[in-house]
Amino acid sequence: MVTSPAQTGPAGSRVSATNVDTLLAIRNLTISYGDKVALKDVTLDVKRNDIFGIIGPANAGKTSFLRSLNRMDEFVHTMKVDGDIQFAGRDLTTVRNLYALRRMIGVVFPLPVGLPLSIYNNVALAPRLAGRVKKADLDVIVERCLRRAALWDEVKDRLNSLGSLLSGGQQQRLTIARALSQEPQLLLLDEFSIAVDPVTTMRIEEVLKELKNEMTIILVTNLVQQARRLANRTAFFLGGSCIEINETEKLFSGGATDQRTVDYLEGRFG
Amino acid sequence: MSQLQVNQSHVSTFQPTTTEGRALTVQKLLRMGFLAVTLLLLIPAGAILAVLVFEGAPGMSWDFLTTPPRQGGAAGGISTALVGTVWLTATALGLALPLGVAAAIYLSEYARDNWLTRTINVAIVNLAGVPSIVHALFGVGAFVYFLQFGKSILAAGSTLAVMTLPVVIVSTRESLQAVPQSFRDACWNMGATRWQTIWRIVLPNSGSGILTGLILVVCRAVGETAPIMFTGAVFLRQMYPNSLDDKCMALSLHLYNVSTQVQDVPDHIPFTVALTLVMVVMSMNSVAIYFRMKLRGKKKW
Repeated sequence: MVTSPAQTGPAGSRVSATNVDTLLAIRNLTISYGDKVALKDVTLDVKRNDIFGIIGPANAGKTSFLRSLNRMDEFVHTMKVDGDIQFAGRDLTTVRNLYALRRMIGVVFPLPVGLPLSIYNNVALAPRLAGRVKKADLDVIVERCLRRAALWDEVKDRLNSLGSLLSGGQQQRLTIARALSQEPQLLLLDEFSIAVDPVTTMRIEEVLKELKNEMTIILVTNLVQQARRLANRTAFFLGGSCIEINETEKLFSGGATDQRTVDYLEGRFG
Repeated sequence: MSQLQVNQSHVSTFQPTTTEGRALTVQKLLRMGFLAVTLLLLIPAGAILAVLVFEGAPGMSWDFLTTPPRQGGAAGGISTALVGTVWLTATALGLALPLGVAAAIYLSEYARDNWLTRTINVAIVNLAGVPSIVHALFGVGAFVYFLQFGKSILAAGSTLAVMTLPVVIVSTRESLQAVPQSFRDACWNMGATRWQTIWRIVLPNSGSGILTGLILVVCRAVGETAPIMFTGAVFLRQMYPNSLDDKCMALSLHLYNVSTQVQDVPDHIPFTVALTLVMVVMSMNSVAIYFRMKLRGKKKW
Protein backbone atom coordinates (compact mmCIF):
# COMPACT_ATOMS: atom_id res chain seq x y z
CA MET A 1 0.00 0.00 0.00
CA VAL A 2 1.20 3.48 -0.79
CA THR A 3 0.46 6.22 1.65
CA SER A 4 0.20 9.66 0.20
CA PRO A 5 2.86 11.85 1.81
CA ALA A 6 0.47 14.78 1.90
CA GLN A 7 -1.86 12.88 4.21
CA THR A 8 0.50 11.52 6.80
CA GLY A 9 2.43 13.58 9.25
CA PRO A 10 5.38 12.48 11.36
CA ALA A 11 5.68 8.88 12.37
CA GLY A 12 2.77 7.69 14.45
CA SER A 13 0.43 10.55 13.83
CA ARG A 14 -2.45 9.31 11.77
CA VAL A 15 -5.06 11.25 9.96
CA SER A 16 -8.02 9.68 11.66
CA ALA A 17 -6.46 9.62 15.08
CA THR A 18 -7.11 13.34 15.27
CA ASN A 19 -10.82 12.74 15.29
CA VAL A 20 -12.33 10.06 17.51
CA ASP A 21 -15.68 10.46 15.81
CA THR A 22 -14.25 9.10 12.59
CA LEU A 23 -14.60 5.34 12.22
CA LEU A 24 -13.18 5.09 8.73
CA ALA A 25 -10.60 7.37 7.20
CA ILE A 26 -9.80 6.57 3.62
CA ARG A 27 -7.03 8.30 1.69
CA ASN A 28 -6.21 7.85 -1.98
CA LEU A 29 -7.83 4.43 -2.23
CA THR A 30 -7.24 2.78 -5.57
CA ILE A 31 -8.51 -0.71 -6.37
CA SER A 32 -7.61 -2.66 -9.45
CA TYR A 33 -8.23 -6.13 -10.84
CA GLY A 34 -5.28 -6.98 -13.06
CA ASP A 35 -5.04 -4.12 -15.52
CA LYS A 36 -8.56 -2.92 -14.88
CA VAL A 37 -8.91 -0.09 -12.39
CA ALA A 38 -12.19 -0.35 -10.52
CA LEU A 39 -11.79 2.60 -8.18
CA LYS A 40 -9.37 5.47 -8.37
CA ASP A 41 -8.00 7.81 -5.76
CA VAL A 42 -10.93 7.94 -3.37
CA THR A 43 -10.56 9.96 -0.20
CA LEU A 44 -13.35 10.11 2.34
CA ASP A 45 -14.20 9.88 6.03
CA VAL A 46 -17.07 7.99 7.62
CA LYS A 47 -18.21 9.18 11.03
CA ARG A 48 -19.32 6.88 13.79
CA ASN A 49 -23.07 6.21 14.01
CA ASP A 50 -23.65 7.75 10.63
CA ILE A 51 -25.40 6.15 7.74
CA PHE A 52 -23.03 6.89 4.90
CA GLY A 53 -24.72 6.53 1.51
CA ILE A 54 -22.94 5.69 -1.70
CA ILE A 55 -24.89 6.15 -4.90
CA GLY A 56 -23.87 5.69 -8.48
CA PRO A 57 -24.56 3.60 -11.56
CA ALA A 58 -23.14 0.17 -12.32
CA ASN A 59 -19.35 -0.13 -12.61
CA ALA A 60 -18.87 2.87 -10.38
CA GLY A 61 -16.65 0.86 -8.04
CA LYS A 62 -19.14 0.77 -5.16
CA THR A 63 -18.91 -2.94 -4.45
CA SER A 64 -15.13 -2.97 -4.83
CA PHE A 65 -15.02 -0.18 -2.28
CA LEU A 66 -16.96 -2.28 0.22
CA ARG A 67 -14.80 -5.32 -0.50
CA SER A 68 -11.64 -3.41 0.26
CA LEU A 69 -12.97 -2.43 3.69
CA ASN A 70 -12.98 -5.95 5.03
CA ARG A 71 -9.91 -6.97 3.11
CA MET A 72 -11.59 -9.37 0.74
CA ASP A 73 -8.52 -8.95 -1.47
CA GLU A 74 -7.19 -11.87 0.56
CA PHE A 75 -9.69 -14.12 -1.21
CA VAL A 76 -9.90 -12.45 -4.61
CA HIS A 77 -6.46 -13.13 -5.96
CA THR A 78 -6.48 -10.57 -8.75
CA MET A 79 -7.71 -7.75 -6.54
CA LYS A 80 -5.11 -5.16 -5.62
CA VAL A 81 -5.74 -2.38 -3.10
CA ASP A 82 -3.56 0.74 -2.89
CA GLY A 83 -3.94 3.66 -0.58
CA ASP A 84 -4.61 4.09 3.09
CA ILE A 85 -7.64 2.75 4.94
CA GLN A 86 -7.87 3.40 8.66
CA PHE A 87 -10.55 1.58 10.57
CA ALA A 88 -11.04 2.80 14.14
CA GLY A 89 -7.63 4.40 13.96
CA ARG A 90 -5.90 1.26 12.75
CA ASP A 91 -4.21 1.00 9.39
CA LEU A 92 -5.84 -2.01 7.70
CA THR A 93 -2.59 -3.16 6.12
CA THR A 94 -1.13 -3.68 9.59
CA VAL A 95 -4.00 -5.93 10.66
CA ARG A 96 -2.75 -9.51 10.78
CA ASN A 97 -5.91 -11.07 12.19
CA LEU A 98 -8.20 -10.38 9.27
CA TYR A 99 -10.81 -12.74 10.69
CA ALA A 100 -11.25 -10.54 13.73
CA LEU A 101 -11.48 -7.52 11.44
CA ARG A 102 -14.22 -9.13 9.39
CA ARG A 103 -16.15 -9.99 12.51
CA MET A 104 -16.23 -6.27 13.29
CA ILE A 105 -17.71 -5.61 9.87
CA GLY A 106 -21.05 -7.08 8.88
CA VAL A 107 -21.92 -7.42 5.20
CA VAL A 108 -25.27 -7.68 3.44
CA PHE A 109 -25.18 -8.61 -0.23
CA PRO A 110 -27.33 -7.49 -3.17
CA LEU A 111 -28.87 -10.93 -3.52
CA PRO A 112 -29.88 -12.53 -0.24
CA VAL A 113 -27.61 -15.35 0.85
CA GLY A 114 -29.38 -17.75 3.15
CA LEU A 115 -26.77 -20.36 3.88
CA PRO A 116 -28.00 -23.95 3.50
CA LEU A 117 -28.26 -24.29 7.27
CA SER A 118 -31.23 -24.00 9.56
CA ILE A 119 -32.45 -20.49 10.33
CA TYR A 120 -31.05 -20.88 13.83
CA ASN A 121 -27.66 -22.04 12.59
CA ASN A 122 -27.50 -19.25 10.04
CA VAL A 123 -27.60 -16.69 12.81
CA ALA A 124 -25.53 -18.74 15.24
CA LEU A 125 -22.76 -19.34 12.72
CA ALA A 126 -20.75 -16.17 13.31
CA PRO A 127 -20.84 -16.46 17.13
CA ARG A 128 -19.82 -20.10 16.79
CA LEU A 129 -16.93 -19.19 14.53
CA ALA A 130 -15.90 -16.72 17.21
CA GLY A 131 -15.90 -19.54 19.74
CA ARG A 132 -19.23 -19.05 21.51
CA VAL A 133 -20.80 -22.45 21.82
CA LYS A 134 -23.05 -22.35 24.88
CA LYS A 135 -26.58 -23.13 23.78
CA ALA A 136 -28.10 -20.62 26.18
CA ASP A 137 -25.89 -17.80 24.86
CA LEU A 138 -26.65 -18.69 21.28
CA ASP A 139 -30.40 -18.82 21.95
CA VAL A 140 -30.26 -15.27 23.23
CA ILE A 141 -28.17 -14.03 20.33
CA VAL A 142 -30.35 -15.72 17.72
CA GLU A 143 -33.56 -14.32 19.12
CA ARG A 144 -32.15 -10.82 19.58
CA CYS A 145 -30.71 -10.65 16.07
CA LEU A 146 -33.82 -12.04 14.41
CA ARG A 147 -35.96 -9.56 16.33
CA ARG A 148 -33.78 -6.67 15.33
CA ALA A 149 -33.91 -7.74 11.70
CA ALA A 150 -37.73 -7.81 11.95
CA LEU A 151 -37.86 -11.49 11.11
CA TRP A 152 -38.44 -13.15 14.50
CA ASP A 153 -42.22 -13.21 14.42
CA GLU A 154 -42.28 -14.89 11.02
CA VAL A 155 -39.80 -17.65 11.78
CA LYS A 156 -39.86 -18.22 15.53
CA ASP A 157 -41.86 -21.43 15.14
CA ARG A 158 -39.60 -22.95 12.51
CA LEU A 159 -36.08 -22.08 13.51
CA ASN A 160 -34.94 -25.51 12.38
CA SER A 161 -36.08 -25.19 8.79
CA LEU A 162 -33.61 -24.28 6.09
CA GLY A 163 -32.68 -20.60 5.88
CA SER A 164 -31.91 -20.93 2.19
CA LEU A 165 -35.51 -21.85 1.40
CA LEU A 166 -37.08 -18.70 2.88
CA SER A 167 -38.56 -16.14 0.51
CA GLY A 168 -36.24 -13.50 -0.91
CA GLY A 169 -37.29 -10.77 1.48
CA GLN A 170 -37.07 -13.07 4.47
CA GLN A 171 -33.67 -14.32 3.38
CA GLN A 172 -32.42 -10.76 3.12
CA ARG A 173 -33.57 -10.07 6.68
CA LEU A 174 -31.93 -13.33 7.69
CA THR A 175 -28.72 -12.07 6.09
CA ILE A 176 -29.05 -8.89 8.12
CA ALA A 177 -29.69 -10.88 11.30
CA ARG A 178 -26.57 -12.88 10.52
CA ALA A 179 -24.55 -9.73 10.02
CA LEU A 180 -25.84 -8.39 13.35
CA SER A 181 -24.90 -11.60 15.15
CA GLN A 182 -21.27 -10.56 14.74
CA GLU A 183 -22.06 -7.45 16.79
CA PRO A 184 -20.30 -5.39 14.14
CA GLN A 185 -19.06 -1.84 14.52
CA LEU A 186 -19.63 -1.29 10.85
CA LEU A 187 -22.44 -2.63 8.70
CA LEU A 188 -21.98 -2.68 4.95
CA LEU A 189 -25.12 -2.90 2.86
CA ASP A 190 -24.62 -3.50 -0.84
CA GLU A 191 -27.81 -2.65 -2.73
CA PHE A 192 -29.76 -4.72 -0.23
CA SER A 193 -33.15 -3.94 -1.73
CA ILE A 194 -32.54 -5.29 -5.25
CA ALA A 195 -34.29 -8.59 -4.62
CA VAL A 196 -36.67 -7.40 -1.93
CA ASP A 197 -40.25 -6.23 -2.27
CA PRO A 198 -41.09 -2.60 -1.38
CA VAL A 199 -42.82 -3.44 1.90
CA THR A 200 -39.87 -5.45 3.15
CA THR A 201 -37.55 -2.70 1.95
CA MET A 202 -39.38 -0.16 4.09
CA ARG A 203 -39.25 -2.50 7.08
CA ILE A 204 -35.52 -2.97 6.67
CA GLU A 205 -35.07 0.78 6.31
CA GLU A 206 -36.85 1.26 9.65
CA VAL A 207 -34.49 -1.31 11.16
CA LEU A 208 -31.48 0.56 9.81
CA LYS A 209 -32.62 3.83 11.33
CA GLU A 210 -32.62 2.17 14.74
CA LEU A 211 -29.37 0.34 14.17
CA LYS A 212 -27.41 3.47 13.57
CA ASN A 213 -27.63 4.25 17.28
CA GLU A 214 -25.36 1.29 17.83
CA MET A 215 -23.21 1.05 14.74
CA THR A 216 -21.97 2.80 11.65
CA ILE A 217 -23.62 1.89 8.39
CA ILE A 218 -22.39 2.24 4.84
CA LEU A 219 -25.31 1.98 2.48
CA VAL A 220 -24.51 1.37 -1.18
CA THR A 221 -27.69 1.83 -3.13
CA ASN A 222 -28.87 2.32 -6.65
CA LEU A 223 -32.03 3.94 -5.38
CA VAL A 224 -31.26 7.63 -5.07
CA GLN A 225 -34.31 8.20 -2.91
CA GLN A 226 -33.23 5.47 -0.50
CA ALA A 227 -30.00 7.33 0.13
CA ARG A 228 -32.01 10.47 0.68
CA ARG A 229 -34.30 8.75 3.19
CA LEU A 230 -31.54 7.13 5.20
CA ALA A 231 -28.10 8.61 4.75
CA ASN A 232 -26.61 11.46 6.77
CA ARG A 233 -23.91 11.94 4.21
CA THR A 234 -23.83 10.70 0.65
CA ALA A 235 -21.06 10.11 -1.85
CA PHE A 236 -21.61 9.90 -5.58
CA PHE A 237 -19.39 7.38 -7.37
CA LEU A 238 -19.10 7.32 -11.13
CA GLY A 239 -16.87 5.21 -13.34
CA GLY A 240 -14.43 4.39 -10.56
CA SER A 241 -14.13 7.88 -9.14
CA CYS A 242 -15.74 9.59 -6.21
CA ILE A 243 -17.29 12.64 -7.80
CA GLU A 244 -18.78 14.36 -4.80
CA ILE A 245 -19.41 13.90 -1.07
CA ASN A 246 -21.75 16.02 0.96
CA GLU A 247 -24.43 16.09 3.62
CA THR A 248 -27.32 14.24 2.03
CA GLU A 249 -29.74 17.10 2.52
CA LYS A 250 -27.39 19.61 0.92
CA LEU A 251 -26.77 17.29 -1.98
CA PHE A 252 -30.44 16.81 -2.64
CA SER A 253 -31.53 20.38 -2.12
CA GLY A 254 -29.47 21.95 -4.83
CA GLY A 255 -26.12 21.79 -3.10
CA ALA A 256 -24.54 19.46 -5.62
CA THR A 257 -21.61 21.19 -7.27
CA ASP A 258 -20.75 18.77 -10.03
CA GLN A 259 -23.04 18.72 -13.06
CA ARG A 260 -22.77 14.92 -13.28
CA THR A 261 -24.11 14.59 -9.73
CA VAL A 262 -26.99 16.90 -10.53
CA ASP A 263 -27.81 14.88 -13.64
CA TYR A 264 -27.70 11.60 -11.76
CA LEU A 265 -29.84 12.83 -8.90
CA GLU A 266 -32.41 14.10 -11.34
CA GLY A 267 -32.44 10.77 -13.12
CA ARG A 268 -31.00 12.01 -16.39
CA PHE A 269 -28.69 9.02 -16.60
CA GLY A 270 -27.70 5.88 -14.72
CA MET B 1 -68.19 -16.40 -30.65
CA SER B 2 -68.30 -13.45 -33.00
CA GLN B 3 -64.89 -12.50 -31.67
CA LEU B 4 -63.55 -15.85 -32.81
CA GLN B 5 -64.96 -15.46 -36.28
CA VAL B 6 -63.46 -12.04 -36.62
CA ASN B 7 -60.10 -13.41 -35.63
CA GLN B 8 -60.25 -16.18 -38.21
CA SER B 9 -59.26 -13.73 -40.88
CA HIS B 10 -55.85 -13.64 -39.20
CA VAL B 11 -55.39 -17.40 -39.10
CA SER B 12 -53.65 -17.39 -42.47
CA THR B 13 -50.80 -15.52 -40.72
CA PHE B 14 -49.93 -18.77 -38.98
CA GLN B 15 -49.49 -20.71 -42.24
CA PRO B 16 -45.81 -21.68 -42.35
CA THR B 17 -43.78 -20.02 -45.06
CA THR B 18 -41.49 -22.13 -47.22
CA THR B 19 -38.51 -21.37 -44.97
CA GLU B 20 -40.44 -22.20 -41.83
CA GLY B 21 -41.77 -25.36 -43.43
CA ARG B 22 -38.26 -26.51 -44.29
CA ALA B 23 -37.01 -25.69 -40.80
CA LEU B 24 -39.85 -27.72 -39.31
CA THR B 25 -39.10 -30.72 -41.54
CA VAL B 26 -35.39 -30.60 -40.71
CA GLN B 27 -36.20 -30.32 -37.03
CA LYS B 28 -38.53 -33.32 -37.21
CA LEU B 29 -36.03 -35.47 -39.10
CA LEU B 30 -33.20 -34.61 -36.75
CA ARG B 31 -35.32 -35.41 -33.75
CA MET B 32 -36.10 -38.84 -35.17
CA GLY B 33 -32.45 -39.36 -36.05
CA PHE B 34 -31.23 -38.51 -32.55
CA LEU B 35 -33.89 -40.73 -31.04
CA ALA B 36 -32.87 -43.63 -33.29
CA VAL B 37 -29.21 -43.29 -32.30
CA THR B 38 -30.15 -43.18 -28.64
CA LEU B 39 -32.23 -46.32 -28.99
CA LEU B 40 -29.40 -48.03 -30.89
CA LEU B 41 -27.25 -47.56 -27.81
CA LEU B 42 -29.64 -49.69 -25.88
CA ILE B 43 -29.05 -52.65 -28.16
CA PRO B 44 -25.49 -53.56 -27.12
CA ALA B 45 -26.28 -52.92 -23.46
CA GLY B 46 -29.39 -55.05 -23.64
CA ALA B 47 -27.72 -57.74 -25.71
CA ILE B 48 -24.78 -58.08 -23.32
CA LEU B 49 -27.07 -58.43 -20.34
CA ALA B 50 -29.34 -60.86 -22.15
CA VAL B 51 -26.47 -63.11 -23.23
CA LEU B 52 -24.93 -63.06 -19.76
CA VAL B 53 -28.18 -63.92 -18.08
CA PHE B 54 -29.14 -66.52 -20.64
CA GLU B 55 -25.78 -68.29 -20.65
CA GLY B 56 -24.62 -67.54 -17.14
CA ALA B 57 -27.68 -67.67 -14.94
CA PRO B 58 -28.03 -71.50 -15.00
CA GLY B 59 -24.57 -71.82 -13.45
CA MET B 60 -25.24 -69.22 -10.82
CA SER B 61 -25.85 -70.65 -7.37
CA TRP B 62 -25.03 -69.97 -3.77
CA ASP B 63 -22.49 -72.77 -3.92
CA PHE B 64 -20.80 -71.22 -6.94
CA LEU B 65 -20.40 -67.93 -5.09
CA THR B 66 -19.18 -69.49 -1.86
CA THR B 67 -16.76 -72.24 -2.89
CA PRO B 68 -13.20 -71.59 -4.06
CA PRO B 69 -12.26 -72.51 -7.63
CA ARG B 70 -10.56 -75.81 -8.43
CA GLN B 71 -8.61 -77.03 -11.47
CA GLY B 72 -7.76 -73.49 -12.53
CA GLY B 73 -11.38 -72.47 -12.47
CA ALA B 74 -12.67 -75.38 -14.53
CA ALA B 75 -14.45 -76.66 -11.44
CA GLY B 76 -15.62 -75.29 -8.11
CA GLY B 77 -16.81 -71.71 -7.58
CA ILE B 78 -15.41 -68.22 -7.45
CA SER B 79 -15.54 -67.29 -3.78
CA THR B 80 -11.89 -66.30 -3.43
CA ALA B 81 -12.02 -64.23 -6.61
CA LEU B 82 -15.15 -62.44 -5.40
CA VAL B 83 -13.66 -61.72 -2.00
CA GLY B 84 -10.37 -60.68 -3.61
CA THR B 85 -12.17 -58.15 -5.79
CA VAL B 86 -13.85 -56.72 -2.72
CA TRP B 87 -10.47 -56.39 -0.97
CA LEU B 88 -8.90 -54.73 -3.99
CA THR B 89 -11.77 -52.34 -4.47
CA ALA B 90 -11.91 -51.40 -0.81
CA THR B 91 -8.16 -50.78 -0.75
CA ALA B 92 -8.32 -48.63 -3.89
CA LEU B 93 -11.30 -46.73 -2.51
CA GLY B 94 -9.64 -46.24 0.86
CA LEU B 95 -6.59 -44.72 -0.79
CA ALA B 96 -8.28 -42.74 -3.57
CA LEU B 97 -10.89 -41.15 -1.31
CA PRO B 98 -8.67 -39.16 1.08
CA LEU B 99 -6.01 -38.35 -1.51
CA GLY B 100 -8.44 -37.43 -4.27
CA VAL B 101 -10.69 -35.35 -2.05
CA ALA B 102 -7.73 -33.53 -0.50
CA ALA B 103 -6.30 -32.69 -3.90
CA ALA B 104 -9.69 -31.59 -5.20
CA ILE B 105 -10.25 -29.37 -2.17
CA TYR B 106 -6.90 -27.75 -2.76
CA LEU B 107 -7.57 -27.18 -6.46
CA SER B 108 -11.11 -25.96 -5.97
CA GLU B 109 -10.86 -23.94 -2.77
CA TYR B 110 -7.28 -22.83 -2.28
CA ALA B 111 -5.33 -22.77 -5.52
CA ARG B 112 -4.70 -19.49 -7.26
CA ASP B 113 -5.04 -19.39 -10.99
CA ASN B 114 -1.32 -19.48 -11.83
CA TRP B 115 1.05 -21.59 -13.91
CA LEU B 116 1.40 -24.22 -11.18
CA THR B 117 -2.34 -24.78 -10.92
CA ARG B 118 -2.67 -24.88 -14.67
CA THR B 119 0.18 -27.38 -14.92
CA ILE B 120 -1.46 -29.58 -12.30
CA ASN B 121 -4.77 -29.47 -14.15
CA VAL B 122 -3.14 -30.44 -17.43
CA ALA B 123 -1.28 -33.24 -15.66
CA ILE B 124 -4.51 -34.57 -14.19
CA VAL B 125 -6.25 -34.61 -17.54
CA ASN B 126 -3.30 -36.37 -19.14
CA LEU B 127 -2.97 -38.85 -16.31
CA ALA B 128 -6.62 -39.80 -16.81
CA GLY B 129 -5.78 -40.72 -20.39
CA VAL B 130 -2.88 -43.03 -19.59
CA PRO B 131 -3.72 -46.62 -20.60
CA SER B 132 -4.23 -49.02 -17.72
CA ILE B 133 -1.40 -51.32 -18.83
CA VAL B 134 1.00 -48.39 -18.38
CA HIS B 135 -0.37 -47.88 -14.89
CA ALA B 136 0.27 -51.57 -14.34
CA LEU B 137 3.94 -51.23 -15.23
CA PHE B 138 4.19 -48.13 -13.06
CA GLY B 139 2.60 -50.08 -10.21
CA VAL B 140 5.11 -52.88 -10.55
CA GLY B 141 8.02 -50.47 -10.51
CA ALA B 142 6.75 -48.11 -7.84
CA PHE B 143 4.82 -50.28 -5.41
CA VAL B 144 5.99 -53.86 -5.86
CA TYR B 145 9.72 -53.13 -6.15
CA PHE B 146 10.59 -49.58 -5.11
CA LEU B 147 8.31 -49.38 -2.07
CA GLN B 148 8.76 -53.12 -1.57
CA PHE B 149 5.09 -53.87 -1.06
CA GLY B 150 5.74 -57.07 -3.00
CA LYS B 151 3.02 -58.58 -5.12
CA SER B 152 0.15 -57.91 -2.76
CA ILE B 153 -3.32 -56.47 -2.33
CA LEU B 154 -1.67 -53.27 -1.10
CA ALA B 155 0.38 -52.91 -4.27
CA ALA B 156 -2.54 -53.76 -6.55
CA GLY B 157 -4.94 -51.50 -4.63
CA SER B 158 -2.41 -48.65 -4.77
CA THR B 159 -2.05 -49.10 -8.51
CA LEU B 160 -5.81 -49.00 -8.95
CA ALA B 161 -5.97 -45.90 -6.73
CA VAL B 162 -3.33 -44.09 -8.78
CA MET B 163 -5.21 -45.01 -11.92
CA THR B 164 -8.53 -43.68 -10.64
CA LEU B 165 -7.18 -40.61 -8.80
CA PRO B 166 -7.36 -38.18 -11.73
CA VAL B 167 -11.00 -38.99 -12.36
CA VAL B 168 -11.77 -38.86 -8.63
CA ILE B 169 -10.16 -35.42 -8.43
CA VAL B 170 -12.08 -34.09 -11.41
CA SER B 171 -15.45 -35.39 -10.25
CA THR B 172 -14.88 -34.19 -6.67
CA ARG B 173 -13.81 -30.77 -7.87
CA GLU B 174 -16.99 -30.52 -9.90
CA SER B 175 -19.10 -31.39 -6.86
CA LEU B 176 -17.30 -28.73 -4.83
CA GLN B 177 -17.73 -26.15 -7.57
CA ALA B 178 -21.45 -26.85 -7.61
CA VAL B 179 -21.75 -25.13 -4.22
CA PRO B 180 -22.53 -21.48 -5.02
CA GLN B 181 -19.67 -19.02 -4.61
CA SER B 182 -21.99 -16.66 -2.74
CA PHE B 183 -22.04 -19.09 0.21
CA ARG B 184 -18.27 -18.90 0.46
CA ASP B 185 -18.35 -15.11 0.17
CA ALA B 186 -20.90 -14.89 2.95
CA CYS B 187 -18.81 -17.06 5.24
CA TRP B 188 -15.56 -15.24 4.52
CA ASN B 189 -17.24 -11.93 5.21
CA MET B 190 -18.27 -13.28 8.60
CA GLY B 191 -14.66 -13.89 9.50
CA ALA B 192 -14.54 -17.58 8.68
CA THR B 193 -11.27 -19.03 7.46
CA ARG B 194 -11.17 -20.96 4.24
CA TRP B 195 -11.16 -24.23 6.17
CA GLN B 196 -14.09 -23.26 8.39
CA THR B 197 -16.02 -22.40 5.25
CA ILE B 198 -15.12 -25.70 3.62
CA TRP B 199 -15.94 -27.72 6.73
CA ARG B 200 -19.20 -26.05 7.64
CA ILE B 201 -20.68 -25.14 4.27
CA VAL B 202 -18.92 -26.58 1.23
CA LEU B 203 -18.35 -30.21 2.23
CA PRO B 204 -21.76 -30.84 3.84
CA ASN B 205 -23.38 -29.64 0.62
CA SER B 206 -21.20 -31.56 -1.78
CA GLY B 207 -20.70 -34.78 0.18
CA SER B 208 -23.28 -36.86 -1.66
CA GLY B 209 -22.01 -35.64 -5.00
CA ILE B 210 -18.44 -36.49 -4.08
CA LEU B 211 -19.47 -39.95 -2.90
CA THR B 212 -21.54 -40.61 -6.01
CA GLY B 213 -18.69 -39.65 -8.31
CA LEU B 214 -16.28 -41.71 -6.26
CA ILE B 215 -18.37 -44.85 -6.42
CA LEU B 216 -18.92 -44.53 -10.15
CA VAL B 217 -15.20 -44.16 -10.70
CA VAL B 218 -14.24 -47.00 -8.44
CA CYS B 219 -16.63 -49.42 -10.05
CA ARG B 220 -14.77 -48.94 -13.25
CA ALA B 221 -11.67 -50.01 -11.38
CA VAL B 222 -13.42 -53.21 -10.30
CA GLY B 223 -13.39 -54.45 -13.85
CA GLU B 224 -9.79 -53.55 -14.63
CA THR B 225 -7.47 -56.48 -15.25
CA ALA B 226 -4.16 -55.08 -16.41
CA PRO B 227 -3.22 -52.97 -13.36
CA ILE B 228 -3.72 -55.85 -10.94
CA MET B 229 -2.36 -58.83 -12.83
CA PHE B 230 1.30 -57.84 -12.29
CA THR B 231 0.84 -56.24 -8.89
CA GLY B 232 -1.20 -58.52 -6.69
CA ALA B 233 -3.78 -60.69 -8.40
CA VAL B 234 -2.95 -64.33 -8.93
CA PHE B 235 -4.14 -67.12 -11.20
CA LEU B 236 -5.48 -69.37 -8.49
CA ARG B 237 -5.67 -69.17 -4.75
CA GLN B 238 -7.98 -71.18 -2.60
CA MET B 239 -7.53 -69.19 0.59
CA TYR B 240 -9.18 -65.91 1.41
CA PRO B 241 -6.76 -63.04 1.91
CA ASN B 242 -6.01 -62.20 5.53
CA SER B 243 -4.13 -58.96 5.19
CA LEU B 244 -3.06 -56.34 2.70
CA ASP B 245 0.22 -58.24 2.29
CA ASP B 246 -1.54 -61.27 0.85
CA LYS B 247 -2.01 -61.93 -2.81
CA CYS B 248 -5.55 -62.53 -3.96
CA MET B 249 -7.67 -63.59 -6.89
CA ALA B 250 -9.84 -61.11 -8.73
CA LEU B 251 -13.01 -61.58 -10.76
CA SER B 252 -11.74 -59.70 -13.80
CA LEU B 253 -8.50 -61.67 -14.03
CA HIS B 254 -10.35 -64.90 -13.28
CA LEU B 255 -12.72 -64.19 -16.14
CA TYR B 256 -9.75 -63.70 -18.47
CA ASN B 257 -8.23 -66.96 -17.29
CA VAL B 258 -11.28 -69.18 -17.56
CA SER B 259 -12.08 -67.69 -20.96
CA THR B 260 -8.69 -68.09 -22.57
CA GLN B 261 -6.04 -69.72 -20.41
CA VAL B 262 -7.58 -72.82 -18.93
CA GLN B 263 -8.60 -75.86 -20.95
CA ASP B 264 -11.72 -77.94 -20.48
CA VAL B 265 -13.70 -75.21 -18.77
CA PRO B 266 -17.44 -75.93 -18.92
CA ASP B 267 -19.05 -73.49 -21.38
CA HIS B 268 -21.21 -71.72 -18.84
CA ILE B 269 -18.50 -70.82 -16.32
CA PRO B 270 -17.03 -67.75 -18.09
CA PHE B 271 -20.55 -66.38 -18.49
CA THR B 272 -21.40 -66.95 -14.87
CA VAL B 273 -18.18 -65.23 -13.79
CA ALA B 274 -18.95 -62.32 -16.11
CA LEU B 275 -22.50 -62.13 -14.76
CA THR B 276 -21.15 -61.97 -11.22
CA LEU B 277 -18.75 -59.19 -12.19
CA VAL B 278 -21.52 -57.19 -13.83
CA MET B 279 -23.72 -57.70 -10.78
CA VAL B 280 -21.00 -56.42 -8.46
CA VAL B 281 -20.60 -53.30 -10.62
CA MET B 282 -24.34 -52.80 -10.89
CA SER B 283 -24.89 -53.10 -7.17
CA MET B 284 -22.25 -50.44 -6.60
CA ASN B 285 -23.89 -48.29 -9.24
CA SER B 286 -27.22 -48.61 -7.51
CA VAL B 287 -25.64 -47.32 -4.31
CA ALA B 288 -24.42 -44.32 -6.29
CA ILE B 289 -27.87 -43.81 -7.78
CA TYR B 290 -29.39 -43.99 -4.33
CA PHE B 291 -27.07 -41.23 -3.12
CA ARG B 292 -27.85 -39.11 -6.13
CA MET B 293 -31.61 -39.49 -5.63
CA LYS B 294 -31.20 -38.56 -1.98
CA LEU B 295 -29.22 -35.52 -3.06
CA ARG B 296 -31.83 -34.45 -5.57
CA GLY B 297 -34.67 -35.04 -3.17
CA LYS B 298 -33.21 -32.69 -0.60
CA LYS B 299 -33.00 -29.43 -2.47
CA LYS B 300 -31.31 -26.95 -0.22
CA TRP B 301 -31.22 -23.76 -2.24
